[in-house]
Amino acid sequence: MLNTFNILETIRMIQEECLDIRTITMGISLLDCIDPDIDTACQKVYDKITSRAEHLVRTGEQIEKEYGIPIVNKRISVTPIAMLAAACPGENPVKFAKALQKAADTCGVNFLGGYSALVHKGFSAGDLALIKSIPEALSETENVCSSVNVGSTRSGINMDAVALMGNIILESAQKTANRNCIAPAKLVVFCNAVEDNPFMAGAFHGVGEPDCEIHVGVSGPGVVRAAIAKYPDASINELADVIKKTAFKITRMGQLVGARASGMLNVPFGIVDLSLAPTPAIGDSVAHILEGMGLETCGTHGTTAALALLNDAVKKGGVMASSNVGGLSGAFIPVSEDAGMIDAALDGTLCLEKLEAMTAVCSVGLDMIAVPGDIEAETISGIIADEAAIGMVNNKTTAVRLIPAIGMKEGDMLEFGGLLGSGPVMRINRKSCAKFISRGGHIPAPMHSIKN
Amino acid sequence: MRAVITVIGKDTVGILHKVSGICAAYQANVIEVTQSVMQDMFAMIMMVDISGLNSDFSALSDELAALGAKENLDIHCMHEDIFNSMHEI
Repeated sequence: MLNTFNILETIRMIQEECLDIRTITMGISLLDCIDPDIDTACQKVYDKITSRAEHLVRTGEQIEKEYGIPIVNKRISVTPIAMLAAACPGENPVKFAKALQKAADTCGVNFLGGYSALVHKGFSAGDLALIKSIPEALSETENVCSSVNVGSTRSGINMDAVALMGNIILESAQKTANRNCIAPAKLVVFCNAVEDNPFMAGAFHGVGEPDCEIHVGVSGPGVVRAAIAKYPDASINELADVIKKTAFKITRMGQLVGARASGMLNVPFGIVDLSLAPTPAIGDSVAHILEGMGLETCGTHGTTAALALLNDAVKKGGVMASSNVGGLSGAFIPVSEDAGMIDAALDGTLCLEKLEAMTAVCSVGLDMIAVPGDIEAETISGIIADEAAIGMVNNKTTAVRLIPAIGMKEGDMLEFGGLLGSGPVMRINRKSCAKFISRGGHIPAPMHSIKN
Repeated sequence: MRAVITVIGKDTVGILHKVSGICAAYQANVIEVTQSVMQDMFAMIMMVDISGLNSDFSALSDELAALGAKENLDIHCMHEDIFNSMHEI
């Protein structure tokens, strides 16, 4: 039975604590669009996406009205394009990127992910051509996102791909130097990438997924922060319980919206990704949750423990609230998209090394971090290798989304605007790892990968 | 099917009348109203049956939102499912 307290609590969460559905993402398989003629393939891609996602944005808006909850983004993820590019040897895969952009424009979505390649064990046909075309594809499109999976717990880390991605990230930044180096903000390098992630820039539609499905990504750092603020003297166990209860409520909302969208669009319901995804808006920060637990500034000693507690409690609360939990699920720590992280980085308390430690216990990895524009490609590869190693050994997804700020140095601010926010250029370790990266080859999978 | 309409703002003459007028125009039957005025702040929660609406639910919520903007009131019209799913197991 509804009571006044519950009604007002829900409205307060939405109005004052920035609770929203961060994204409804439609995953679409493009396996039936493979064609040896690239122009035919591009046309099939465009036709399939625009027919499946024709009503996606309108449906999202209708649900927003019905439930009174903002649905911030409507997005699409597709089969890794390297698989389609494999059928068209000698062709420039950027044609696919342009077809995806055209489809995104027609559907009215704000991001479309899947200009991707999965190369954790090695390169197959199409993979190398696609990866090499990423800088051009991202600089010539607005809303297409790209990702490359370079490692996994079961297969180890492809160090040739790691070395290559250092160059690709740097080249992407250089190509868009006059547009705030926006291209690498749309490029994620993964270890243990998940196939049903609704969040950009790393979303793609895995080959094990159905033809078409709907995923929902919930958010709500502000709600968790407000909830723990009510218990200034609670013990850590009590804090964990407060977070679990809050995560449960947030996830129930995601489940409701996902089920409704799936019914209206007549597409199977995929997963709810119960991630705490910050935005630059005041009061929507993961760093402020950690500070609310008792840290003077995010990044100080105790930050990793506080984040581990938060990440675990969010999952435990969310799991019971949804019939299908998936994606990345946990707490995101993108520096440029989180007001508290930005302040902590400017303050010098939050450094790259601490962020790396935090990625061992949060849901993804080094995310939206601006680094000096004169960084060596090998150093970027070294950062990717470290992050991939954390993911591989700990059986978790890790990712790197670095933005080399061309022409800028440590302490400058790189402005993206919108959801991507603005990032302080962070200090990097200048000692070389070039020799290690240039060896190439493959880091073997860890002992615990042999489970069968 | 039911929806919850909440109205919060400075108390003036005829708020309940205007909100319920819109409900009547859309054939939304008012089932329950709780209302309080604290100092000069008006707060009302109204439960309405929307099974017999003569138009889209979004048209009703748009019209209520427009009334809120005009009268400087904070008005929300939300399907009851969102509250049930969030607060009940």
